Amino acid sequence: MAELLKIKREFEEFQKEYYYTNREADENREKENQAVTQIQSWFRGCKVRAYLSHLHKKAIIIQKIWRGFTARARVRQMVKAAYFIMKMNFYEEMVVRIQRTWRGFFVRKYIHNFYARKKYMEGLVMKNELVRRELDQLEDLQKRERDCLDMVKEHTAKVYQAHRLHHLLSTKQCPGVFNSPFRPAPHEMELLLRQQVKYQAPTRLASRGKACLLGIPSSTSSTFPVTLGSPLIKTSRTYSSRPILPPIANKTQQGLYREAGEAWEQRLHCRELMLCLQTSYMHLEEAQNQLRELEPVRLRGTGSTLHHLSHSSSSFPHPAHTGKSFR
Amino acid sequence: MSQRHVVQVFEQYQKARMQFVQTVADLANRPQNIELLQNAGVMSLLRPLMLDVVPSIQHTAALALGRLADNSEDLAEAVVKEDILPQLAHSLALQNRFYKKAAAFVLRAVAKHSPELSQAVVACRGVDALVLCLEEFDPGVKEAAAWALGNIARHNAALSQSVVDAGAVPLLVLSLLEPEMALKRIAASTLSDISKHTPELAQTVVDTGAIAHLAQMILSPDTKLKRQVFAALTQISKHSVSLAEMVIEAEIFPAAMSCLRDPDEYVKKNVITLMREVVKHTPELAQVIVNCGGLEAVIDYLGNCHGNVRLPGIMMLGYVAAHSESLAMAVIVSKGVPQLALCLSEESEDHIKAATVWSVGQIGHHTPEHAKAVTTANLLPKILELYMNASSSEDLQTKSKKALKSVLQKCTYLPSLEPLLYEAPSNILKHVVCQFSKVLPHDSKARRLFVTSGGLKKVQEIEAEPGSPLQEYINAINGCFPEEIVRYYSPGYSEALLERLDDYQPA
Repeated sequence: MAELLKIKREFEEFQKEYYYTNREADENREKENQAVTQIQSWFRGCKVRAYLSHLHKKAIIIQKIWRGFTARARVRQMVKAAYFIMKMNFYEEMVVRIQRTWRGFFVRKYIHNFYARKKYMEGLVMKNELVRRELDQLEDLQKRERDCLDMVKEHTAKVYQAHRLHHLLSTKQCPGVFNSPFRPAPHEMELLLRQQVKYQAPTRLASRGKACLLGIPSSTSSTFPVTLGSPLIKTSRTYSSRPILPPIANKTQQGLYREAGEAWEQRLHCRELMLCLQTSYMHLEEAQNQLRELEPVRLRGTGSTLHHLSHSSSSFPHPAHTGKSFR
Repeated sequence: MSQRHVVQVFEQYQKARMQFVQTVADLANRPQNIELLQNAGVMSLLRPLMLDVVPSIQHTAALALGRLADNSEDLAEAVVKEDILPQLAHSLALQNRFYKKAAAFVLRAVAKHSPELSQAVVACRGVDALVLCLEEFDPGVKEAAAWALGNIARHNAALSQSVVDAGAVPLLVLSLLEPEMALKRIAASTLSDISKHTPELAQTVVDTGAIAHLAQMILSPDTKLKRQVFAALTQISKHSVSLAEMVIEAEIFPAAMSCLRDPDEYVKKNVITLMREVVKHTPELAQVIVNCGGLEAVIDYLGNCHGNVRLPGIMMLGYVAAHSESLAMAVIVSKGVPQLALCLSEESEDHIKAATVWSVGQIGHHTPEHAKAVTTANLLPKILELYMNASSSEDLQTKSKKALKSVLQKCTYLPSLEPLLYEAPSNILKHVVCQFSKVLPHDSKARRLFVTSGGLKKVQEIEAEPGSPLQEYINAINGCFPEEIVRYYSPGYSEALLERLDDYQPA
């Protein structure tokens, strides 16, 4: 029994113990749980930290080695680049020197060439002088031409005037207006007048003389170099001593003309006719009669239109060339 | 018998009409009769006579009408108002050449007075009729038609355009080739009137090949023709570079200079005007003319003529010098500057003086060499005088001032600057003093000269506001000299010395 009681008591104590133990355990469970958690966490943390630090250290080593490698490579590259740049700078400097010298030379020689400009200015001065001289010469030439033309015009006007004033020529008996005895020498007009009368084609003069004989005024007023001379003035004929030349110009002549040589023949045949002296007033009629005797030998050609104009006498010798045009 | 009477009556009437128109035509020749004729109502009488059966009366009436309209603008307006123009234009196509000449004369006389009257002529289709006349054989008709077209085209661009639109230009160029001198003259003058307004019109004229023909006629002996030819070439070349280049390509230049010795004044003037218009555009064209000795010719021309005709020559020199400094040096080397100085002193008209001053400025403003050439010709005091002269026109004063400034800015020749110190107003003085301040620091001889000639004294006397550029220049100049000299020359120094004397106690 005692044992039972002991056991019972032990059982109760055991129950109590068990209960107290459980109660203690329950009371402490939370705390113990927390403590345990803490310890375990700390331990795990330690483990992980150790692992991490191990990893870190290894990573550092790797990274250190890698960075060193890369940096050295980069430095090598930089050194190369810097070397290259230094070389380029040097080259560029040299190039600048070359280009500077070249450009200076080129500009001074070809673009703003001082000597060329100087020569140009000198050349310009010379050219100017040349141009001025040429222009002066040209001007001179033109002026002389104009003067010449003016003079020719003047002279022709004077000659024409002389032609119109042919009757003022001085005769042997009576000095003309332009040949006053008080002058030392005749006036130029006088000389012109003499010229007008001098060089006339003798053929027409003879026929004109005929026309005047019959009292008909010489009607034709041809151009002045071709004809002139009042038949009344017969003093200064010098042609009688010279051979008669044929007419030069191909000017068609008006009036009653004779061929060249006719008058020559006439002269041969009746000399007195050609000598224009102031002899008897019947002189011309006598001469005409003489010629009429010669006439049948020499009668030619058909009648001319001027034939009607001149006179009614039919004994007038016809002009040789009547078919030509009359002015 | 009675038939003869009737016919006689008509013949008498015809003779009377003929006599009337002939007398009126003769009277209309004199200007003093015009008003009397107008008061007598000649216009309404002539108008039916222009429709007369007898052609000679018609064209004499037209001739009389033309003379009347020629001499008086009122009558020309009356012609327009009475609607004579349309019937003239219409009958131009039909009648004989005497009538055409007379009708063209009427149109010319009407068109010459004012643009409105020319517009009236254009409106009644006169231009087409005149262009038809240009195709005739008779040179007198062509001349009258060309003259009328010239009078129409003269007034403004629109009228010229209507003339060109009618196709007149090729016919005018063909008339240039005709042997009659008068026709050539008129054709050249009409072409010049047409091309003077706008570049397009000038281009139209050039496109028909007018330049080559005009260039051939330069050496003709007829004076008036030469005048017109050069005027035409001038009007063509003045508009643009390409037209001027085309004129130069016709190689007129060495030949045209022989015309500069022509005895006729207007030929010379027109040649010079042509050169001026060509030179205006680009340096290359100016170079062409300088290279054929043009400068010499121009300078001789300026020496020989007087008055208004000098103006184109002076302007030509200015334009040449304005392009580049080598051309300006070419002008100087050809002795242009003394000639311009002569022109400046001889001419009395303000606009010529203004042009001369401008040219001088263009020559002198490039480099110190050029400025020296200008100043040694003693031009600066003269220009200054013109600037200061109150009676010079505004234009002259502005140009003188600009020329002075531009030359002074480059002038380093000090002896010529000194006279300006004394006379110049302050705005010019500023530049003069500036030049001194630039040159004096470097040249000791110049400094000595400056002191001995009294320039330093004058500079001290100049009053300037402190801080203004003038004061700075003065300070710069003073800095070139030792202080005692500056003090010696400063104004009032003698008084200051005397005052010191007053205070001085002999020891």
